[in-house]
Amino acid sequence: MSCWETFTDYALRSVGIGAKLLPKADFTLCQQFTLIGSGLIWNVYFAALALLFGFFLANALALARIAHSPFIRKPAEWFVFIFRGSPLFIQFFLAYEMLVLLPRTGINLFGITIVTSWLTKAWAGALIVLFLNTAAYSAEIFYGALRSIPKGDLEAAEAYGLTGWHKFRRIQWPTMLRLAWPSYTNEAIFLFQSTTLVFFSGFPAFSQQGDALYYANYFADKTFNPFIPYPIVAFYFVILTLGVIWLFGRINRHLNRHLPQNSRSKIRLRPQLIR
Amino acid sequence: MFAACADPKAIEGLTWAMCYLTSGKHVDFYWSFVTVLALLAITAPVAMALGFGGAMAARSHITPIRWFGKAYTAMVRGVPDIVYFLFFVIALDQGIEYLNHLRVCEDLSQPVFRGLEFHVCPEAKVPPASASPFVNQLYGFGLAVITFAIVFGAFVANVIFGAMQAVPRAQLETGEAYGMSQRQVFRRILVPQMWTYALPGLTNLWMILIKATPLLFLLSVKDIVYYARELGGTKTQAYDYPHPDWRLFYFLGLLVFYLAMTKISEIVLTRISNRLSKGQATAAGEAMRKAAI
Amino acid sequence: MKKLLLATVVLAMTAGFASAQVVRLATEGAYPPFNFINDKGEVAGFERELGDEICKRAALECTWTTNEWDSIIPNLQSGNYDAIIAGMSITDERSKVIAFSDNYYPPTASAYLAASADADIKTGVVAAQVSTIQAAYVAESGATLLEFPTPDETVAAVRNGEAVAVFADKDYLRPFADESNGALVFVGEDVAIGSGIGIGLRQSDTELKAKFDTAIKSMKADGSINALIDKNFGGKGLKF
Repeated sequence: MSCWETFTDYALRSVGIGAKLLPKADFTLCQQFTLIGSGLIWNVYFAALALLFGFFLANALALARIAHSPFIRKPAEWFVFIFRGSPLFIQFFLAYEMLVLLPRTGINLFGITIVTSWLTKAWAGALIVLFLNTAAYSAEIFYGALRSIPKGDLEAAEAYGLTGWHKFRRIQWPTMLRLAWPSYTNEAIFLFQSTTLVFFSGFPAFSQQGDALYYANYFADKTFNPFIPYPIVAFYFVILTLGVIWLFGRINRHLNRHLPQNSRSKIRLRPQLIR
Repeated sequence: MFAACADPKAIEGLTWAMCYLTSGKHVDFYWSFVTVLALLAITAPVAMALGFGGAMAARSHITPIRWFGKAYTAMVRGVPDIVYFLFFVIALDQGIEYLNHLRVCEDLSQPVFRGLEFHVCPEAKVPPASASPFVNQLYGFGLAVITFAIVFGAFVANVIFGAMQAVPRAQLETGEAYGMSQRQVFRRILVPQMWTYALPGLTNLWMILIKATPLLFLLSVKDIVYYARELGGTKTQAYDYPHPDWRLFYFLGLLVFYLAMTKISEIVLTRISNRLSKGQATAAGEAMRKAAI
Repeated sequence: MKKLLLATVVLAMTAGFASAQVVRLATEGAYPPFNFINDKGEVAGFERELGDEICKRAALECTWTTNEWDSIIPNLQSGNYDAIIAGMSITDERSKVIAFSDNYYPPTASAYLAASADADIKTGVVAAQVSTIQAAYVAESGATLLEFPTPDETVAAVRNGEAVAVFADKDYLRPFADESNGALVFVGEDVAIGSGIGIGLRQSDTELKAKFDTAIKSMKADGSINALIDKNFGGKGLKF
């Protein structure tokens, strides 16, 4: 079987397109690269959607954390503490164990049946956990950035007559985003890495459709040799990380476009608020 | 443990619960918490040392050492730590035995790697085949500490390298103006001043280290996750204490343990941070100065 | 008196010398009644008793260790232990990389355990432990395979409705069916896969394999292996 045939068979295997069965013999490098690469689709899916949804929740949480009313502030603080204070591994496990307890037939609310069985599938359940998790971490980053907005900026805004929502939308929020962006880039990188835990704790794989690490595990198990598949995963993740750094760097440049060259913040791995 | 527990199937209620929670396996479970704490206590300083070395190497004037340092600090940037854990331990174990093989074995004519099998002479086995299970566990624990320390040392190296860069250039120049050599500037000014910049990052790393411990079971250490899974699973009549699936409760217990660890760490580290910020020309130090007036 | 003491010391030392070869046996410790960690925290079950008896007959000193199922073969090859006694079926795939002793348990019957008698095991969701021969069988059968890292989780998946059935060794599943008060039932025909369960060894360890084979043969010959099976499988296990 040529490498091209392998590619057509397995490139989309992780989403159920292509050959039905996983390779059972040979285990060539081509097979390993293709299948593990195919699993990467799930890593990107989880990370991209969790980051997207998490961004909005994180903004809301950061605002709740600087609120004066304890009824708004306290719940946000607890949410952040629980998700940042416990290992993601345990969060996945607990989430799965709790989600399977939901009634099979769905929940009956005022005559409308809400179907819940899809929640136990990795594509939904694990995504929810990752979404809440990244929201908590990002909220901490945004909160820190909100507190470090230079006082002068806010006074200047008030001098121009900006108040309330206007001040927030035109001054506070853009400044916060600009200050938080380097840390947020690190959060994104680490979220991508965390997605390898999805099929590793709690959530089971259906029809042998899993992420990159799942297939690496499969090959390590079949070839009894861990020294090839895991470095392949590492290789893919290095590329993925470079991609994330590039993309977030572009956005960073956009956020900093109004500043003079020498005072722009560069993206460096500054692990102060990473997970 | 107690006389009343001699026949577990005959007892019930509170006595059953008491006997169940003090069974040999549960005692092992409680000890595994100590294992995790011990791992944290040992790994943290080792990782610090490795990280410090890595950061120094990355700043070295000798090119190959600098490359090595840079490569080490870059190692964790792109690759999930779990991937390292999955093959590091076997590689490390084989590496140690291979070195030992070259040192103690008399007959070196046989290849060490035969296909997928790895062969060293019996004397080179670490730990020796006759070692007690305890020694084997200790060895496994040692391997886990080294693996954790290498991975987290790379994180530490990143933080310390950044902190060294962050020390204001003027402070170093002042030292030079006083006639200090490069070495003296490094030891007397750069390293003491660096800590205040490194602390936020190191604090955060400690939190990450705590949260990475559930992956210990990947390194063949019987940690709290291993026991929580093992004890929580459905137990049939083959066991002394049959019960349905209780994993949820065991894992909730672990969640509470980790949250408590985080809370305690936060309190202690805030204190350290306040002490280090005293008299520093940073925002935190300035705030303390103002508060004191 | 002194002489007697000396004699016993010498005897003890030579005895220690004779059994100097320590063989490390590995098992999974999560597959009752084959092997499990009992409430005292020790390895127990059919394979524990069998392994101890084999070592006695082969005059070997054996110690037990547990290892995750996932990495049980790489660690054998890396020399972290000398033999695997973990309910491991003898398959062609595995025989390529490790050697197996004579089987000490007949070719196992695998069975589907489901929550209802009319469960759809042909096309429905069937749970199995990852990287077992049963998982490979389900993947080929046309059913949707749901994989879990431990055997215990596969049964839990049927209980909570995630899977319609679990496919595993019948001997492992039987206690769950017996103790469920009819909530879990066997469905469909038993399936015979594999060629029995054997002790996994490094291919280069021919000497150890010979010793184990002899011990297993002698246990088969005098019926003690059947007695052990009877004792541990509640009289329902397969016999030689």
